[in-house]
Parts: sequence; C-alpha cells; structure tokens
Amino acid sequence: MKANCWVAPDNVAVQDVPDPRIINPRDAVVRVTSSAICGSDLHLLQGYVPAMRKGDILGHEFMGEIVELGNGVRDGLRVGDRVVVAFPIACGNCTSCERGLHSLCENSNPNAAVAELAMGHSPAGIFGYSHLLGGYAGGQAQYARVPYADVGALKIEDDLPDEKVLFLSDVLPTGYMAAEMCDIERGDVVAVWGAGPVGYFSAVSAFLLGAERVIVIDRFPYRLRLARERAGAETINYEDTDVMDALREMTAGRGPDACIDAVGMEGHHASAALHAYDKTKQAVKAETDRPHALREAVLSCRNGGTISAVGAYTGFIDKFPMGSFMNRSLTMRSGQAHVQRYMRPLLDRIRKGEIDPSAIITHTMRLDDAPRGYDIFKNKREDCVKVVLKP
Amino acid sequence: MDVRSVTDALGIQRESEDRAPQSSARVLGWLSLGLGVAALAAQPSVSRLCGVDDSPAARTVLRLAGARELGTAAALLIPRRARWGMWARVAGDAVDLAACAMAMRDRRGDRRQRLTYATLAVAGIAAVDLHTAVRATRGARRTTGDRVRASVTVNRSVEDTYRFWHDFENLPRFMYHLESVRMDGDGRSHWTARAPAGQTVDWEAELVDDRPNELIMWRSVAGGGLPNSGCVRFVPAGGGRATEVRVELGFTAPGGRFGARIAKLFGENPHQQICDDLRRFKQVIETGEITRSDGSPDGTSLRQQMMQRPAQPLATR
Repeated sequence: MKANCWVAPDNVAVQDVPDPRIINPRDAVVRVTSSAICGSDLHLLQGYVPAMRKGDILGHEFMGEIVELGNGVRDGLRVGDRVVVAFPIACGNCTSCERGLHSLCENSNPNAAVAELAMGHSPAGIFGYSHLLGGYAGGQAQYARVPYADVGALKIEDDLPDEKVLFLSDVLPTGYMAAEMCDIERGDVVAVWGAGPVGYFSAVSAFLLGAERVIVIDRFPYRLRLARERAGAETINYEDTDVMDALREMTAGRGPDACIDAVGMEGHHASAALHAYDKTKQAVKAETDRPHALREAVLSCRNGGTISAVGAYTGFIDKFPMGSFMNRSLTMRSGQAHVQRYMRPLLDRIRKGEIDPSAIITHTMRLDDAPRGYDIFKNKREDCVKVVLKP
Repeated sequence: MDVRSVTDALGIQRESEDRAPQSSARVLGWLSLGLGVAALAAQPSVSRLCGVDDSPAARTVLRLAGARELGTAAALLIPRRARWGMWARVAGDAVDLAACAMAMRDRRGDRRQRLTYATLAVAGIAAVDLHTAVRATRGARRTTGDRVRASVTVNRSVEDTYRFWHDFENLPRFMYHLESVRMDGDGRSHWTARAPAGQTVDWEAELVDDRPNELIMWRSVAGGGLPNSGCVRFVPAGGGRATEVRVELGFTAPGGRFGARIAKLFGENPHQQICDDLRRFKQVIETGEITRSDGSPDGTSLRQQMMQRPAQPLATR
C-alpha cells in the first residue's frame, strides 16, 4: 500500500510499504477514505518531537471502512462499517479510560518507559506520533491498523459525508475540550490564541457552551476572516495590534474570563526580538518549546480566570510568568483531547447542524500529493487552513 | 557508586546510592573552577606562587591548565552525578605532576622550594581525586543486588488479581523469559525458562505461603537449575477498585553459582525486566492482550525499544 512517511526533518514522502494486518484480538484494519494533516503533524515534520524514525507513517486524523476485524473486538463493529478513528489509542479498561481520560490510557503506549524518562509518567499512544508515544503507524495511508478498535473507532451510521465527520478524530474534540475546560458561564468573554482548525473549533464551541463574546488572535488575515465570518468571533491581528492592550480595551480593563492557547510550541511573536530570543534558545536546546501564546494568555487573563492549554508542547519552556499566575489566582487546565469521550456527543451536534466541521477544509488532494499538502499548510500558502487527503 | 539497602520513610526497602563521593566530586568541581579562574585571571601571581615565574613556557602551560580546570569544573558541576568526569581531574593531576617534575630540573633555591610545595599540594589533591574517582565510578553499572522489587497498579479487584496470579500457568503470558509453568498439584509447579541460544532452564518450585487475596510466596526446590524465590503481595488501592501488585524476586537460595545464570536469563538489568513483565501483566489483566505497535511488534520491552524499527506495518508473512 501507499503511505506518507517521515523521512527527515522537513521531508516527507509517499512510499510503498507493507499492508497492515491484525496482530491483536481487538484490532481492526481500516481502508482509509479520508485523512487530514494536523497542525501537530508540523511539529513532527520540523523535527521538534523527538523519537521519529526514517520511514515512520504519519497521520492521526483519519476515517475509513473496516475491512478486517480481530476476533476479540466487542461493541458490534462489523466488516464494512464506516468509522472515524480517535487519535489517542485507548484500551477502555484502565483507570484513566474509565475516568474518561482516554489520552492518558495506561496500557496503549508500549514505549511507556521511554516516555516516562521524558515526562515522568507516560500518556497514551498516538497514531503516527513518534516512538515516544508508541511507535504506531499513522493513517495517512491506504490502510491502517486500529488497536482497541472497539474503543477508538466510532461507527457512522448515517450518510453524513466524510468532510462533516472526519474531524471528530482530533481537531473538533480538541477545540471543544479546550472550551469545556474554561468552565464557561453565561456572559463570559473567551480569548483564543490561534485561528487554525483547533482555534476555530474552540471559538465555535465556546459560543455553544454559552460564551457571550469570543476574541480570536492570529496573524493571518484569511484565518481571522474565517473566525469572524463562520464562527462569529471578534479578531485581533497581533502583527498590527498590541494584544494585551487590545484585550484590555475590549473588556474594559478586566481581561478575558478564559484564555485558550491553541498554538503550542511553535508560536510566533509580533516582536522580532522576542521571537528570535526564544527561537535561539530552542535551537541550542536551552528550551524545547516557544511559549509566546501561553505567556500572553497568562498575562492577559482576568484575575481568577482560567487558561486552557491545548496547543501541543513537548518539553520545557522558559520564563513562564509564574508570579502573575500565582498572585492572580489563575487556573490552568490542559491535555491532549480525550477524544473517545467527546466523539458521540459531538456527532449528535453535527447531526443537529450546530457545528459544521467542513467549514475549515480549504484543500482536498490525493494521498500522493501529501508532501505538497504539508508544504502549503506549513507555509500558510494558498490560504490553507486544512488539508484533507484522499488515498 | 556504592549501592546499599535502606528503609525509607514509607517503610519500603530501597537501594540507595552512597552520596559521599558525589558530594566530594562537587567540592572538587568548585575547586577546579577556582583554580581555573585563578590560573587564567591571576596568572603572574600563580606562577610566582609555584616558583615558575622565570619561564615564558610556564605561562602557556599555566594558561592551558587553567582552561582544562574550567572544563573539568563543567564536567563535575553540571551533571547530576559525577562519574567519569572525576577521571578527567585525575588525568589533569597526572599532567600537572609531570609538568612539575619537568620544571623541578631547572629550578634552584627559593624557586625550587616553592615548586616543591606546589608539587606536594598537587600530589595531595591527586590522591583525593583518585580516591573520589574510584568511589564515584566503582560499581556504577552494578545492578541492585540479588533481590529485585517492582510494583504496578492494576484496575482490577484484589480477588481477580490474586486469582489470575495464583494460576502460575498464566505467568508466561506476560513474563517473556518464561516458556511455561506447569502446576503439579500439592503447591508444586514445574518452571521452564528460555535461556540464550535456544537453551532452556528448568526448576521445581513450591508454595511457601499462600494467603488468599493477600500474598503468594514461592521458592525453588533444592537441586533445581535456577535457585530462586519470589513473593507477590496484593494491596487494595483506589478505594478497593484497584490493586497494587508488589513483586519481590530473590536469587539468594543456597547453592551459589547462579549469578551467571541470572545474568543470562534476565539480561543486564533484572529490575528493568521485571518492570516490563509487570507492565505486560497490567495490559493482559486489564485489556486481555499485550499492546503491540508497529514500532514495537513484541510489545513492551525496553531492550527492544533501543533497536526499534520504523512505525510501518510488518511485512505480511
């Protein structure tokens, strides 16, 4: 089969690889009908996530049709079913899974000992997301093996097109969880750093959960336009406006009630000097992540407010404004999305027309064109927000 | 590194490192820093103190020694544990002593006296360095003795966990070094373990103690191929929903000559092997299978992870 493989930093290639097969009783093999390139794939592309190997198959947002099932799969899945696959791999049986913390599954990372060295405790395994998180082959391929399919594969029973349900696998639940972690009360103002797919879905979800105003911060006019026109958000372009001043102004001095970081480790800063400072530290490994959005979110948030961090970070950040965080009674919540917990309720919202995930798709291309897809997505060319690959 | 057994505040026996060589190494690291800065910043006074202020070559030698001391300081002060960095100091001392010996040939009178004091000081420091280096690196790779402890928490009741473990025939499902265990009745069992080069090792074991839902203790019967003993305790956790499984294995049965066999069976680090076993135990009892990824087709195994393949599907056999 064909698959999009990581070759070296900034280099992916579509290669011929062996077909996946059932190796465990609860596995399914899925013929992929749609997969997407996620913002967090760019961290892999550029080599910021350690433990990638030449030939690793990328992709953790995918859906397809079950072509083979292990004999231990429960929950009524059948060959021929159309399914969306959650990006964290979760067994459904451990304490974390039972608590609904699927991205912290205690059993799904066979390389947990390595992750423990880096993070203290290991999170769940993730499709196509480095050997630190399991060494699983990803879904930017013609076929994919889905371990614990009875927990991670959601059957789509109606005729909703792939474009409407594909993002249940990652960016929609991630954006929704980001908003949910803000504990929004009616009338709240929520600020979202990043107008990519996760930022967009955070804004949409914040409104669904009762926010009165949502303010989205980015530097690309076309992404801000999407947030304004489709999500109904107010926007700030940080390249021409001082974000902290603007937020203070827009909220009459109090600051947003909750701040969502949907940017993560590769953020940019309007000040070239500050950006260069963190980029240099990152280059010499004095810090691994550039936390511009997180710092700004902490300093901007109202007293007693909440920071919700879903942008991907891998290691250590520098100069976290702890004094502000502590003295002003802020709360920070974070996490990889516990996708399995959100898939079904969000599918219902899609059915009811409350969310239209297809709004973010700007490019649909063949799997063979994956390298070009990574290029335009990474460099924000052709007004790219989201690339869907069709194997 | 000296490893010794201590009982910590929680009443759990642990292997602990002797910290003394580490603190001496840090003191010596600061000494290096001081000497390095002195040799570079106050080079004329230092050369006068050593009695070599009459030679232009000595100036260069001192400057090089200063730079070397700064490097040594970094090697001793930056890592959490100084091991091989200490030998850099010893090597430096040897160079310094050689330089002193060479300088001694041409010095007379007052200069010679000062050089003698300097040489004696270097020799004294060299002795301390050597002692610390030996202690800091001795047994650095030594594993934690002949008893191995490991634990894991599983999301199953004490009853389920005890029952699963009590059937020793289940053990090879997650203990990769075991080929089979056969229950012979009467608390007796026959164990077969894999050894390198297709060999196997067999032994008979008997139950020593068996307290339902609390602990199982066993030991090999004298004359077997691998004298060993083990104990597994089951402790309720998480309000009774979960169970802490605490395993202790010993290889101290009478008879000696088992060290080599243990090393063969368990590899270099028995503790890591037991941890991997327990991770797989948790997977099997909670999910019914061992988690396998394309990069780790054999499941959890730290040794295998070092040589991991790309995350591509396996070729169809």
